[in-house]
Amino acid sequence: MSTSDKRRDDSRASAELSELTLQSQDTDIVTQAPTRAQTDRIRTTDAKSQGRLIRERFFRHKGALAGIALLVAIFLLAFTSIGYAGIPGWWDKQYDVLAARFNEGRPTLTLWPFSLGEHPFGQDVLGRDYFALTMRGIQTSLIIAFVVGLVAMVIGTTVGAVAGYFRGWTEAALMRFTDVVITIPTLVIAAAVAGIVARHGVIPFAIFLGLVTWTGLARLVRGEFLSLREKEFVESAKSVGASSARIIFRHILPNTVGVIIVSTTLAISGAILLETGLSFLGLGVTAPDTSLGKAINDNRSALSVRPWLFLWPGAFIIGIALAVNFIGDGLRDAFDPKQTRVKQ
Amino acid sequence: MAAHSSTVISDEQSRPADGPILAVEGLGVEFNVDNEWVMAAEDVSYEIHPGEILAIVGESGSGKSMSSMALLGLLPRNGRSSGSARMLGRELIGAPQSTLRRVRGKEIAMIFQEPMTALNPVLTVGEQIREAVEQHTELSPAQAKQRAVELLRMVEIPEPERRYDNFPHQFSGGQRQRAMIAIALANDPMLLIADEPTTALDVTVQAEVLDLLRTLNKRLNSAVLLITHDMGVVADLADHVVVMERGRIVETAPTAQLFAAPKEAYTQQLLSAVPHLGSKVGGVLADVEVVDGRLSIHEEYAETSLREQEGHAASGVVPALELRDVDIEYPGRFRQPAFKAVNGVSFTINPGEVLGLVGESGSGKSTIARAVTGLIRTSGGTVGIGGTDITKLSTRQLLPLRKKFAIVFQDPAASLNPRLSIGDSIGEPLLLHEKPGRAELDKRVAGLLEDVQLPVGFRHRYPHELSGGQRQRVGIARALSLRPDLLVADEPTSALDVSVQAKVLELLQELQRERGFACLFVSHDLAVVELLASHIAVLNKGTLVEQGSTEQILKYPRDPYTRRLLAAAPVPDPQVQSLRREQRSAILAAGNAE
Repeated sequence: MSTSDKRRDDSRASAELSELTLQSQDTDIVTQAPTRAQTDRIRTTDAKSQGRLIRERFFRHKGALAGIALLVAIFLLAFTSIGYAGIPGWWDKQYDVLAARFNEGRPTLTLWPFSLGEHPFGQDVLGRDYFALTMRGIQTSLIIAFVVGLVAMVIGTTVGAVAGYFRGWTEAALMRFTDVVITIPTLVIAAAVAGIVARHGVIPFAIFLGLVTWTGLARLVRGEFLSLREKEFVESAKSVGASSARIIFRHILPNTVGVIIVSTTLAISGAILLETGLSFLGLGVTAPDTSLGKAINDNRSALSVRPWLFLWPGAFIIGIALAVNFIGDGLRDAFDPKQTRVKQ
Repeated sequence: MAAHSSTVISDEQSRPADGPILAVEGLGVEFNVDNEWVMAAEDVSYEIHPGEILAIVGESGSGKSMSSMALLGLLPRNGRSSGSARMLGRELIGAPQSTLRRVRGKEIAMIFQEPMTALNPVLTVGEQIREAVEQHTELSPAQAKQRAVELLRMVEIPEPERRYDNFPHQFSGGQRQRAMIAIALANDPMLLIADEPTTALDVTVQAEVLDLLRTLNKRLNSAVLLITHDMGVVADLADHVVVMERGRIVETAPTAQLFAAPKEAYTQQLLSAVPHLGSKVGGVLADVEVVDGRLSIHEEYAETSLREQEGHAASGVVPALELRDVDIEYPGRFRQPAFKAVNGVSFTINPGEVLGLVGESGSGKSTIARAVTGLIRTSGGTVGIGGTDITKLSTRQLLPLRKKFAIVFQDPAASLNPRLSIGDSIGEPLLLHEKPGRAELDKRVAGLLEDVQLPVGFRHRYPHELSGGQRQRVGIARALSLRPDLLVADEPTSALDVSVQAKVLELLQELQRERGFACLFVSHDLAVVELLASHIAVLNKGTLVEQGSTEQILKYPRDPYTRRLLAAAPVPDPQVQSLRREQRSAILAAGNAE
């Protein structure tokens, strides 16, 4: 194209600019040509990327912000207080050190005037510092929850994406396999396997839990792929010769990120509760290590005498699960592209 | 039979002899968006008299639908209306819901755009009409059923007694819209609001539904408020026209006057943006003459034009696209037999030529477009692109050939990946085939954006920030990025407003002239095809019924289906349109006689 052609096109383009100030209105029988200044302003405006829009929407969601604040606070508290993997924390007591019971092991925490005292959450029957024990429990529970979320996300997304994109016998085989995994009751399989797995540590236990909880995500992702693969932009990519891998990863997957993230957060809060349940039944984490569920189980007989042994881990379980659910809600609202603003 | 039903209907109510049925004055509609009141319509005033058809015309966002919904108090929750609308002297704006509920269905009835979703699929059509009858009258169930059958007969559904027990899916699209009209007429409304009543229908069906509306309006002496974006429909049906733009009335005039001498600049632009069937070749159906309602066809015209054409036929050129006896089947499942969507279609497009592929919905035109671009496998015949048959190639062998052809899709909102920026979308074909460096890619994308007359800064934007017309420009830029020899355009403008459509078509024409690519232009709109194409192929139910030069097809069509199609397309000119109506009924009568 010659320069004169370009100039002509420029002037035509500027005539078009009245069209672009309105997002969805196509009523553009052009009546006035915008001034040079207007043109420049429009050209230099930095467009909002999808990611920035999502961030903005997320940060307008008050529940999600509160959830994040709470989760970060719990996370920092648990990992800085008693330290992790040999790194010492600021709390001077260990969760596995027995000591003489002080004032029948009652909590020394007072809110006004604020003071932690010797044993803020009290001591358990054996005289262990219950604050350190709870912190250790939170650490275990959080690690399990996030590993489960990660494993479930990877397996679920892969199975769902492959089944939804390729259809045919691939889909039939994968989805029947998913059905089989769903029909096996988690508790029964956990009872059979978890005892063995748990002896090898927390991480293998978490991976095992991930291996049985990916099914919901796989179905959701498959559903998304089924509808997205029929969209014209996918056909458009096929028509220019994009490979299957490129279509899956570059074109379809980014459009399912919302679903994946949201159901992963929900899977995480589910995993916290599942781990709690299994540990409560004695199928999960074993002594001397502890988790929130195990702490509750160990002290369930003490509910009427020493309720704090029950309350503290219980409160943290609820806090973590709620925080993660709120974050999930916020993410779902932020990722919904049809939504222009967040309802309060 | 028709006479019988009409007496039953018109005896029920006596209508006031004079005065308007509806008088709207200073009507305003506002919406609350983010705690700010945004105007959707302002100062809208008009009157409708008995037996009159008033059309409100405007493009999307002009407030034409919302101002009519406000009459019935059917605005969304965040809307409010002001001003006055008097129905036979009774104020509607601000009236309590209980009053409005009595008015709705009884005095004012509505017909919606999409007959597919407006009927409940689990109830029979007859029951739904009977329900509407029972809603406002004291008839016994048996009487109500009788009345429903009468209504079905009135909207010209054959065998109404039998069809009464059919479900919506057993009705065709046009019949469903007729059933909707029957429901609307169930209680003898004085005013019928028809909101884009034929937009979802094919032209031939549209013409039938418009005919029905016209005869019913004359017979029942009720008034019709027609809301539409289609100037052809207005010319065909309306007595008075109200033109709206951005919530305000631009011009009000009798139909003939508006089309002959539009006063306002906007109306003029709107009218000139509408493609006018026959404007380029000088008339349509030139060999068809109607004498005393009977058809006579001058066969010799067609032969002369055909002979002229033979002299021009190109020889020794490798065609850009050559289809030979192409069959396309959608595979059956379990015991369902396979569905043959395309049957033995052959045509060629020479380099630099534009072929318009015309057909109604279900004719297989989009299927052909997808087969040509390698998105669907054919089940028989050959598809040659630049001399290579692509039907036998594997995906890998096809890859280098994909540079030679590209496709532009119908819906610009769906054909761009919402998570990719405009620049990434346009650059993708380049990246896949030529693997240029970052700087080179940026330069090429900027050049393409300029070619489709969009600002270069748009490359950082995302599809949701663009209007429909702009998105379609991006689609064109993406398709042209590899300088293809063949562009397949699948209804590229049918999702756009007329003024935007006019600009996109102009751009396509300009680019085609500049770059000289061959183009397969798929469309249902004959007027649009006429603008762009040098040749036309007409498709009916998967078979090619006729092909030839644009002039020959439009002026001297030889296939009865082509004639019906041409006669059904409404032309934005009331005088021509009334002549064409005569032509159409003669062609239909001749078709029935055969």
